[in-house]
Amino acid sequence: MPNALHHKPRSSAMLAQFGLAAAIVAFSVLPATAQTPEEKGRTIAEEVDSRDVGWGDSTTTLEMILSNSQGETSTRVLRSQNLEVNGDGLGDRSLTIFDRPRDVEGTAFLSHTKITEADDQWLYLPALKRVKRISSANKSGPFMGSEFAYEDLLSQEVEKYTYRWLRDEPCGDLQCTVIERFPVYENSGYTRQEVWIDTGEYRIQKIDFYDRKESLLKTLLYSDYRQYLGKYWRGHTLVMANHQTGKGTTLKFADYEFQIGVRENDFTPDRLKRVR
Amino acid sequence: MSSVVRRQIGWAVAVAAVPLLAGTVPAGAGELSWSAEVASEVRVFPYRPAFPRQDNDALVPSISVEPEIVYEWNNRDDRFTFVPFARLDAGDDARSHLDVREANWLHLDDDWDLIVGVAKVYWGVTESRHLVNIINQTDGVEDVDEEDKLGQPMVNGNINTDWGTFGAFVLPGFRERTFPNADARLGGPLPIDDDNATYDSGAEERHVDFAARWRKTFGDWDVGLSEFVGTSREPRFIAGTRNGESVLVPHYDQIDQTGLDLQFTGEATLWKLEAVTRGGQGDRFFAAVGGLEHTFFGAFDTNADIGLLAEYLYDGRDEVGAPATSADDDIFLATRLTLNDEQDTALLAGVIVDRDTQATLLTIEAERRLGDSWKLELESRLFLNVPSGDPLVAVRNDDFITLRLTRYF
Repeated sequence: MPNALHHKPRSSAMLAQFGLAAAIVAFSVLPATAQTPEEKGRTIAEEVDSRDVGWGDSTTTLEMILSNSQGETSTRVLRSQNLEVNGDGLGDRSLTIFDRPRDVEGTAFLSHTKITEADDQWLYLPALKRVKRISSANKSGPFMGSEFAYEDLLSQEVEKYTYRWLRDEPCGDLQCTVIERFPVYENSGYTRQEVWIDTGEYRIQKIDFYDRKESLLKTLLYSDYRQYLGKYWRGHTLVMANHQTGKGTTLKFADYEFQIGVRENDFTPDRLKRVR
Repeated sequence: MSSVVRRQIGWAVAVAAVPLLAGTVPAGAGELSWSAEVASEVRVFPYRPAFPRQDNDALVPSISVEPEIVYEWNNRDDRFTFVPFARLDAGDDARSHLDVREANWLHLDDDWDLIVGVAKVYWGVTESRHLVNIINQTDGVEDVDEEDKLGQPMVNGNINTDWGTFGAFVLPGFRERTFPNADARLGGPLPIDDDNATYDSGAEERHVDFAARWRKTFGDWDVGLSEFVGTSREPRFIAGTRNGESVLVPHYDQIDQTGLDLQFTGEATLWKLEAVTRGGQGDRFFAAVGGLEHTFFGAFDTNADIGLLAEYLYDGRDEVGAPATSADDDIFLATRLTLNDEQDTALLAGVIVDRDTQATLLTIEAERRLGDSWKLELESRLFLNVPSGDPLVAVRNDDFITLRLTRYF
């Protein structure tokens, strides 16, 4: 899941093949004389997506630092492996292994993302050696007690939202385009999200999350972007602030490794009980 | 007991030697890691015991230690795992015990894996009873829920194909079930003479058992089939005498059991079924557990999830030729509360009610992490409304509440 923190591809393998063409299309449409805001929003989302095609597989380690309004913190440590999957309505696969806190050490979470259907998810409980298929309806629930919901961490396929372009504006030192996206999958905790995307590299810089009552719930800031394989950008520090509770969660990613040849078979429920 | 432990340690050494002899352990190239959990608990027994032989212990303290030592090499494709377990119990000599939960070598390959040594295997989907889960013996002194298992020596190969995952198990060396002492709480009316257990097989505990397993996911369906041929993990009890005293002697039959486990994962509802047919203990019989678990995610506009569980338990076993069970015609109802907070607070409360005798087992399990490395747990097993005809009558006054504090290293 955490890998999903960046936009995972699929939706259009076509764009994967024709990245350059996609870029040309995107740039040519940005002037957007003939596009509605909805079409323009979706075009931007597709551009973000298309720039993250072909990474294959990746692994990383992350620290999740939870803080409450009194400033007390607690830390979780996770490892994440991700496998890019293309086509056939299937999205990426991710495997997350919990290292800290120690009482959940060895617990593992496997997700098979789907483009439009409900995702498949399994959980491995090491004390019993039990693999459990779990419901993926739990989109809006907190992940490990943090301010990240499952839906914030899972693969962000283009088809999971509808879009609307709002405006272009500066974001820090960069120039951003701002789009709204509306979840079309069921059980989302949000009515909409506002997403700031820099127009230089099409990386998400900031997301405002609006709850079911249309109130601003959370803000997520991406920073410390680093580029891998000369192409793929990954934010290494993600700060989520909950405006309604004063709580926050910071995700700090260690360096990613790409295309190290993870096994497809490691992303199956049968192998989940062998994971470590 | 000690001979069992000695034999297991022998296994562990033999297993460790396999890759060493094979020369696959490049010196210094591996990675050694360890962790451990140390738990102290007190069991509270609010009622006087039912049988005069039993000590009237109301508070029984106990400590347990379970370290895990792992050595990985060959790019983490080979792994040696050693997990011993030890408990010291103030009220029951039998509960003070040692076991080797795991001592095995695991090799992972692209489409297959192999495990050699003492290991633990879990099959199944239901919550109230684990019919299909047959590989490991129950560590009966740990709890009455049959979820604690003894390590089982095995050679197990698994292969992943487009038609599902196939596993084959050779199980040399049988582990006898552990039982509380007759003079301790949960000891029952008569001593169990487990030093003189009897077997169908002349090879006794050296009988080699076999098992096979197939599992596959079909969209929202997860399906498993399993076959076991060998020594029953569940003993029958035969009345006997030892030194002129009446005892129950465990008898382990040769059985064959075919099992099915099935789960349909719907939106927020999991539908579950486990069914087995077993031969070798009186007439061949059929047993099943089926039901559902429905979860209200984010209930009442909070972060908490509330789950409702309901299962029906059926067991058609022979009353004479098969081990007694209380789960012959029972209903399980439970609720699971998960706060999804920073401390992972969770509560499971449920009842299993016998439709015939109305005997009821009330279970409450609650847990909460304290800080980063501690966990506090409360468990209670209450035996309510137990008439003389129900197997639970043996423990009817031994209702207990366990308070456990675990430190993780």
